[in-house]
Amino acid sequence: MTDLTKLTLSQARDGLVAKKFSARELTDSFLTAIDKGNAALNAYVLPTPEHARAQADESDKRLKSGNARPLEGLPLGNKDLFCTNGIRTTACSKILGNFVPAYESTVGQNLWNAGGVMLGKLNNDEFAMGSSNETSAFGNVVSPWRRIGKNGKPSTDKLVPGGSSGGSSAAVAADLCLAATATDTGGSIRQPAALTGTVGIKPTYGRCSRWGIVAFASSLDQAGPITKTVRDAAMMLKVMAGHDAKDSTSVDMPVPDYEAVLGKGVKGLRVGVPNEYRVDGMSAEVQKLWDDGIAWLKAAGATIHDISLPHTKYALPAYYIVAPAEASSNLARYDGMRYGLRVNGSNLTETYEQTRAEGFGKEVRRRILIGTYVLSAGYYDAYYLKAQKVRTLIKRDFDDAWNTVDVMLTPTTPSPAFAAGEKSGDPLAMYLEDIFTVTVNMAGLPGISVPAGLSSQGTPLGLQLIGKPFDEETLFRTAQVIEDAAGRFAVPDRWWIKG
Amino acid sequence: MQVDEATVRRIARLARIRISDEEAQSLQGELSGILDWVAQLDDVDTVSVEPMTRVAAHALTMREDVITDGNIAGIVTANAPLSEDHFFVVPKVVE
Repeated sequence: MTDLTKLTLSQARDGLVAKKFSARELTDSFLTAIDKGNAALNAYVLPTPEHARAQADESDKRLKSGNARPLEGLPLGNKDLFCTNGIRTTACSKILGNFVPAYESTVGQNLWNAGGVMLGKLNNDEFAMGSSNETSAFGNVVSPWRRIGKNGKPSTDKLVPGGSSGGSSAAVAADLCLAATATDTGGSIRQPAALTGTVGIKPTYGRCSRWGIVAFASSLDQAGPITKTVRDAAMMLKVMAGHDAKDSTSVDMPVPDYEAVLGKGVKGLRVGVPNEYRVDGMSAEVQKLWDDGIAWLKAAGATIHDISLPHTKYALPAYYIVAPAEASSNLARYDGMRYGLRVNGSNLTETYEQTRAEGFGKEVRRRILIGTYVLSAGYYDAYYLKAQKVRTLIKRDFDDAWNTVDVMLTPTTPSPAFAAGEKSGDPLAMYLEDIFTVTVNMAGLPGISVPAGLSSQGTPLGLQLIGKPFDEETLFRTAQVIEDAAGRFAVPDRWWIKG
Repeated sequence: MQVDEATVRRIARLARIRISDEEAQSLQGELSGILDWVAQLDDVDTVSVEPMTRVAAHALTMREDVITDGNIAGIVTANAPLSEDHFFVVPKVVE
């Protein structure tokens, strides 16, 4: 039999329906791949094989009786930020210890109700704070991609898979699941997708319920999928999205059939190219990638328009006020009293202080302190309120631009994947990874990253499309045109498989 | 904005995170660097700008004011570092 793990989500769906293989066979193929490959990549922090087999067996019954649901029998990975009923959930932080939720995230429940099979919990940066998956309490995730040296041989440097959804991007790129859940607060779906040759969409704020997802910055956090193809992302988001009474910020709007628009093309579509994204130091290959994207869309009948988003350069500094401020308040709940780690001191304050010093990693502590500072007495107006006003201006830039364009095209990241350790010593250098993605979170808009080419070192690069609020359909049909033109990018060699 | 050691310690105290002497030193530089960088927002005129509160205007919905959950004390305390008879056991707070 052919290797089932190489299938896309939609191919696997079609294969199951056509009875070419069973859900159990499909799931077992992935469990074997995880067994042999996870040690080298560290993408899963908790494989759940028994849980997966039970779900797959149930799917086989349904497939047999003709009652298949939209994702029936399809094996998925679940980021460890999503609470799972009866299964350990840690946000990859020591402070949650062996926390076992008694509830399932709404987005997760939507997937399982649609027949999805959970293979396990995926690694991420601690509390989703990071752009390289180097801050996880479970250790770094290694990208399946390797740089090709001048001698034409793969380098042994361990590349990062991006972050914070680095377990999700690595697992999808390495065929350790068909698709994965992810979350995006400043770029944590799109940047890892770009660095691993996968597709990642952050929907409009409010499209997916945040209930049961460990909170980082509540006005920015959104869930979305990382997948192998644009079609697969459309299949996943259709199921993940929807109104939820348990999240008052989730929006009560119908969720369109995203797969239905994939073939619509871009004839007559007005594509904006924002001037301000031509930043200093952008590499020639990223510039070329962007030009390629423009040419592909033009060839498919779209019109290209130069636009200006004047407040772009203020998005990242404003983000590094808003996100730490909200994180410092959200993470105040980890006090060692009701769940997770407790380190006893000689009095209550000492217990709090020691628990939080030992339980939070360095980057999380740094962000809580920044957040505490900007919210402390006398500073609220100067920092948080100022940043929220700048957000209004960033959003206004987009609102103005939507008068003349329907969608925007930018690179997803300023550069291809870097090696572990190359940026982890300098917080500001790491923060710049999100320079092209963070504006989208600040304005609450939907954004998708599509693989579009390879760097001179043979590693993936992505293009980002930004859409109007709740217009994910335009993103999907435009992304499909880019995917059709660029082709797909699979890892050339499965070096991580042992035995 | 230069953050001094006393400020770092005050913030750490507010955040209830114990920091070592060494960290108090290194955090001065790190926090100062980040705050200097975000200070570029001062260049933006926001005098007549409202702060953003949500991406799309939509009214919060109300639900029925009824009890929908309860009698799950065992589940609520299941993850406690220390519990007794469905109570959280915590360090002494009042002398």
